[in-house]
Amino acid sequence: MGFKHLINSKKTLSLFAAFVLFGTNLMAQTPAQGDAATVDKGAMWTGIAYYVLLFLVAAVCVAIVGKILRVYDLTQKMQGKKGINWNGVMGICCAIFIVAGIYGAYWSLTVQGAMKLPESASAHGGSIDDMFTTTTILTLIVFVITQICLFGFAFVYRGSDKRKAHFLPHNNTIEKVWTIIPAIVLTILVVFGFFTWQRVENSSQQKGDINIDVTGHQFAWEIRYPGADGELGSLNFRLTTAANKLGVDFKDRHSFDDLSADTLVVPVDKSIRLNIHAQDVIHSVYMPHFRLQQNAVPGLPTFFKFVPTITTAKMRMITGNANFEYLLYCNKICGSGHWNMQKVVRVVSQAEYQDWITKQKPYLSDQLRKELHVADSKPANQVSASNRLAVNN
Amino acid sequence: MSTLAVHDHGVVHHEESHEHHHKATFLNTYVFSQDHKYIAKQFLVTGIIMAFIAMSLSILFRIQLAYPEKSFPFLTTLLGHFAPNGRISADFYMSLVTIHGTIMVFFVLTAGLSGTFANLLIPLQIGARDMASPFVNMLSYWFFLMASIVMLSSFFVQSGPASGGWTIYPPLSALPKSMPGSGMGMTLWLVSMVMFIASQLMGGINYISTVLNMRTKGMDLWKMPLTVWALFLTAVLGVLSFPVLVAGVVLLIFDRSAGTSFYLSDIVLNGSVQPYEGGSPILFQHLFWFLGHPEVYIVIMPAMGLSSEVLSVNSRKPIFGYHAMVYSLIGISVLSFIVWGHHMFVTGMNPFLGGVFMITTLIIAVPSAVKTFNWLATLWRGNIRFTPAMLFAIGMVSFFISGGLTGIFLGNAALDINLHDTYFVVAHFHLVMGSAAIFGMLAGVYHWFPKMFRRMMDERLGYLHFWLTFIGAYLVFFPMHFMGLEGVPRRYYAFTEFESMKHWLTVNVFITWSAIMAGIAQLAFAYNFIHSIFWGKKTVQNPWNSNTLEWTAPIEHHHGNWIGEIPTVYRWPYDYSKPGHDEDFIPQHIPFSQTMSSNLPHDFEDNPGGLAEHTKWTDAQKANEAVK
Repeated sequence: MGFKHLINSKKTLSLFAAFVLFGTNLMAQTPAQGDAATVDKGAMWTGIAYYVLLFLVAAVCVAIVGKILRVYDLTQKMQGKKGINWNGVMGICCAIFIVAGIYGAYWSLTVQGAMKLPESASAHGGSIDDMFTTTTILTLIVFVITQICLFGFAFVYRGSDKRKAHFLPHNNTIEKVWTIIPAIVLTILVVFGFFTWQRVENSSQQKGDINIDVTGHQFAWEIRYPGADGELGSLNFRLTTAANKLGVDFKDRHSFDDLSADTLVVPVDKSIRLNIHAQDVIHSVYMPHFRLQQNAVPGLPTFFKFVPTITTAKMRMITGNANFEYLLYCNKICGSGHWNMQKVVRVVSQAEYQDWITKQKPYLSDQLRKELHVADSKPANQVSASNRLAVNN
Repeated sequence: MSTLAVHDHGVVHHEESHEHHHKATFLNTYVFSQDHKYIAKQFLVTGIIMAFIAMSLSILFRIQLAYPEKSFPFLTTLLGHFAPNGRISADFYMSLVTIHGTIMVFFVLTAGLSGTFANLLIPLQIGARDMASPFVNMLSYWFFLMASIVMLSSFFVQSGPASGGWTIYPPLSALPKSMPGSGMGMTLWLVSMVMFIASQLMGGINYISTVLNMRTKGMDLWKMPLTVWALFLTAVLGVLSFPVLVAGVVLLIFDRSAGTSFYLSDIVLNGSVQPYEGGSPILFQHLFWFLGHPEVYIVIMPAMGLSSEVLSVNSRKPIFGYHAMVYSLIGISVLSFIVWGHHMFVTGMNPFLGGVFMITTLIIAVPSAVKTFNWLATLWRGNIRFTPAMLFAIGMVSFFISGGLTGIFLGNAALDINLHDTYFVVAHFHLVMGSAAIFGMLAGVYHWFPKMFRRMMDERLGYLHFWLTFIGAYLVFFPMHFMGLEGVPRRYYAFTEFESMKHWLTVNVFITWSAIMAGIAQLAFAYNFIHSIFWGKKTVQNPWNSNTLEWTAPIEHHHGNWIGEIPTVYRWPYDYSKPGHDEDFIPQHIPFSQTMSSNLPHDFEDNPGGLAEHTKWTDAQKANEAVK
């Protein structure tokens, strides 16, 4: 092998030393900002050296154990006995693994599994939770049986020179059985899931739905409520300005009484229809407590209809957490602030909702009025839209 | 077909011309080699290096997740302005996640896995002297290497590497101003990917034509080992689906540079109205996942093939249900083209379409289940020899089960509403596609190392490597399911701002340390690999007593694989522990006439002459018995 002499310990060592000396700013294009310079470099390298040493000690230990095993193996062989039976050792390892693994899975399921979401706070969420439970039970049964078979067979049939394996190329009956059984189980799950999905995703406008506009942009959510007329004004992204953040079109008379809010407050047991928009990149409205998720796509308004069933106050009792709030997160990668794009969602009683909504500011703020009015004084041919707006007023 | 191939490589003639025309120089032997065995090694070594890089990236972002508020000055030293004040920045965190995913999925588990084993095993296992086009095969590697270098070069760009996630959904990836990584880094990502796909297509076309045209005498399709079946179908998937990604990527390049609006519409970025109109971000998702879903089978099918072979050889038993295994591979291949929509249940795609994709998705679970049961049946009553390769194959099956079962949750559109893009998904695909595929690949490396490097790897280090990695992977990914069930979204830089996510911090610390342990375990592999290449024990002709043809080729490598005639194939590759035979394996090139005592009537299904001979022989045996 021609390469062999290229690699020797001295060269490797000197390369490593060169890397340590010169490679310290491997990816730094510009000096790091801030007080990085004040950091004690010496302490930093001692810290790293400590871990490297720790690793080397571990590696030496492994090497020593390896050598001891080798010596033991060879002496056994010299005495005419058999060496270490690695088949046996690995078989036993498999057995230990499956016992410990099943216990570990059980522990994880009970301890970490208990940290999963509380019961669904929306009407459709119940059917999703039921389906989740069914699927979990079915898959756990399969999981336990197949893993036990896998490692159990590995342990029981660990190799020996005395035995020969059982020649079994195929068995059509059993193959048919284990094709048909999963097919039937999956069919049941599919049918169950298909109808639930169709029901949950039906977001068509019905009488009495409260429409709420949720708009995502980097990195916040804007919320708009319809006013007294119960209808949201239409949007046109070209009209977006600093005051008219959402690009509400005031040619539409439903726009004038729209309200903007800081919190997504919804009345309990009422059908809420979220109108989901995005301004810049894809975001995702994710409200896990309500089993609700829908992407916000620029240029493609999406909808999700749900009925909240548990008020925030009641959920605080259920979870035993006095500060509990429902939250809306962004769940589609949208940039550097993706991880902190939250909005509080509060479910309240009908009376509280009425009270709250009357206190919300109109979307048509003073500044926006001024902006539109200023536009009004421009030559008529340029801003006919605002003219008509004035007429409507 | 196959006889044609044998004539093409006219035996004596080939050897003579070989000596004449090729002069072995350093350059054409060690660098621009056209020998499939050497190209396989190039793919493997590049793949392993990329895997180590991608793994280090994952450790970096795991540190951020475990210690979101702690400062590590060495990170600033290492990463410069990407990690100011000893903390990885939010932008660079996204880059780490993105490049980790991209490298692992494409560069390690697609090119590193298929590239290595299709190159090594297809010619050797079907009995061909090289690929159909060795030159294009060489190009395939060099395009892959260029793609790798371009991808890594994005770390040296001021604004950082691409950071829109490995799925690079526009508009985030299309608008350079939407995040730093969508600038130069994204351009390099796209350029790299186009080169990568060119490499995949050149490789794939070669693998397909080699399998179809160059099989040795007697090697009909139903005598091919499952590895070759899996690699062949993988290549078919790649050739059919990768061009669609090129289309998607080219349109994205237009949107970025030429002002088109294929994927963009109604955009107001940072308060300024953009001129794009009429495009659809969903279009990109369709194009991406039309490749993206077959891609996960491109990743897992070679691992299935390799594991099937390793499980059978080391159980000393025929693979159970060979035909079912092949048909399930074909079933998975076909179905993989009609399930892509399950990545898009909540993206705003028509809900009815979501329902349809849910049905096709859950159907694909059936062939996967069949494969799992057949592997279990292969182990049953075997005589299992625990080589490191065998352990990794068993680990692959274990991961495939664990990760596959959670697929039933995610494939169900109604359940996906709450699980989409959470840690549940991360756990799911890291087990079923990440860990399972990498274990299949490692099984392949340990098993075929003697064929590639003519030396053996150290078994005990292999055992250590296996157990640390296997346990480590479970410790890392199992708890993530429960984070997902609590609605913790993936790709979050820190959980500190959410009161409800804070109690996962201890779990994150645990996961990070498990990941570091599993990462360090890979050093055992790296040491074993490098050390064994140069100083490992020399191998014997057929170290695993295996049936397939590659072990009949001489240990010393020749460009042309076999000296003299290519062996003819007479039987399927899984005659292990056949009753009546004195050894527990009968290689494929041994004719039935030499194994009269172990032949079964079943062996002569389409060979009446052979059946007549067999009946005559058994009758004679019976007569002898009667005389005694």
